[in-house]
Amino acid sequence: MTVYTTLATRIRANQPVALATVIDGPHIGATLLISPEGILGGTLGDNELDRVVARDALGELEAGRTGIRHYGPRGESTPEDLIDTPTVRIFVESFSPPPRMWIFGAVDFTAALAKVAKVLGYHVTVCDAREVFATRRRFPMADDVIVSWPGALFEREGHVLGPRDAVCILTHDPKFDVPAIQGALRTTAGYIGVMGSRKTHAKRLERLTEAAITDPRDLARLLSPIGLDLGARTPEETAIAICAEIIAQRTGRLATSLSATTGSIH
Amino acid sequence: MRELLADIDRWKSQGKKVALARVVDREGSGPRETGAAMAVNQDGEVIGSVSGGCVESAVVGEALAILSGEQTARVVTFGYSDNEAFAVGLTCGGTIHLFIQPLEW
Repeated sequence: MTVYTTLATRIRANQPVALATVIDGPHIGATLLISPEGILGGTLGDNELDRVVARDALGELEAGRTGIRHYGPRGESTPEDLIDTPTVRIFVESFSPPPRMWIFGAVDFTAALAKVAKVLGYHVTVCDAREVFATRRRFPMADDVIVSWPGALFEREGHVLGPRDAVCILTHDPKFDVPAIQGALRTTAGYIGVMGSRKTHAKRLERLTEAAITDPRDLARLLSPIGLDLGARTPEETAIAICAEIIAQRTGRLATSLSATTGSIH
Repeated sequence: MRELLADIDRWKSQGKKVALARVVDREGSGPRETGAAMAVNQDGEVIGSVSGGCVESAVVGEALAILSGEQTARVVTFGYSDNEAFAVGLTCGGTIHLFIQPLEW
């Protein structure tokens, strides 16, 4: 297997992998492929350089970072070691598995949201306890369609969710959304959005209190009503409003029109 | 890179030579993130993008020169920041550094 073939296989299997490439110095263009299990193939032209870059690339991979790092030709990396040494520039590119979006409730809004989430690169799971509704035929764009109660799914797989991941609860149904919220709050998911009008949300807060979910830090994690205030009406517009909120939350931006603000765009 | 795999695989199975251009660094405003990639085959077919369309045609020229052996793998800079900058710039005023190499690994 070539470095490229292994890289392509890992990316397709959604397994984390980092590709290091010499972009300046001896052996320009040489590549080394690194995974959490160790070096998968290739060489940068020097054993010690391979070892040091693999160590650093693993840290970059865990942080999901991509960028240039500088070394001496034998992997020297401290500033003192690099004095009077020609520098090798290495481009380390991290390929992390796509972020996940779990959508609860098999409704029309779900189909639209799953579609937009796919455009943004999410691995999308749709979950509903009603097997008549949670079908692959209704959600062909989702990666997984799961017939399950939310509590059971969180119990089984909630540990895989992290800060890059989103949970969107679109059920409007107390017997379904309270356990979904409970489960979501036990994860470190970066975004938890819950659909419903302001009135619905006020009632939901009462039910959450009954379920002993009262910690203000927990309640502050729930974004409800869900989505940015775009005046969205249709399922598709609502899906855009939800995804826009997810992006704005990640970047910490105010989500107004750029034409109304000044400063850097990216 | 992910979105390029299917076409690269097809080109490789047809025995075509492929060059890969990746954004390795950028300064100021830039439409694509570090790691954005495009690939060019020996026939000049192109997939992917590294900017908002500002520099792609210049990249194709560079990639073909590398595939034909007139040039070797190297970092190419587009923008206005320094004297090695190319005549082709980004309309957003930023600078991007691309590493272009034959995909022989």
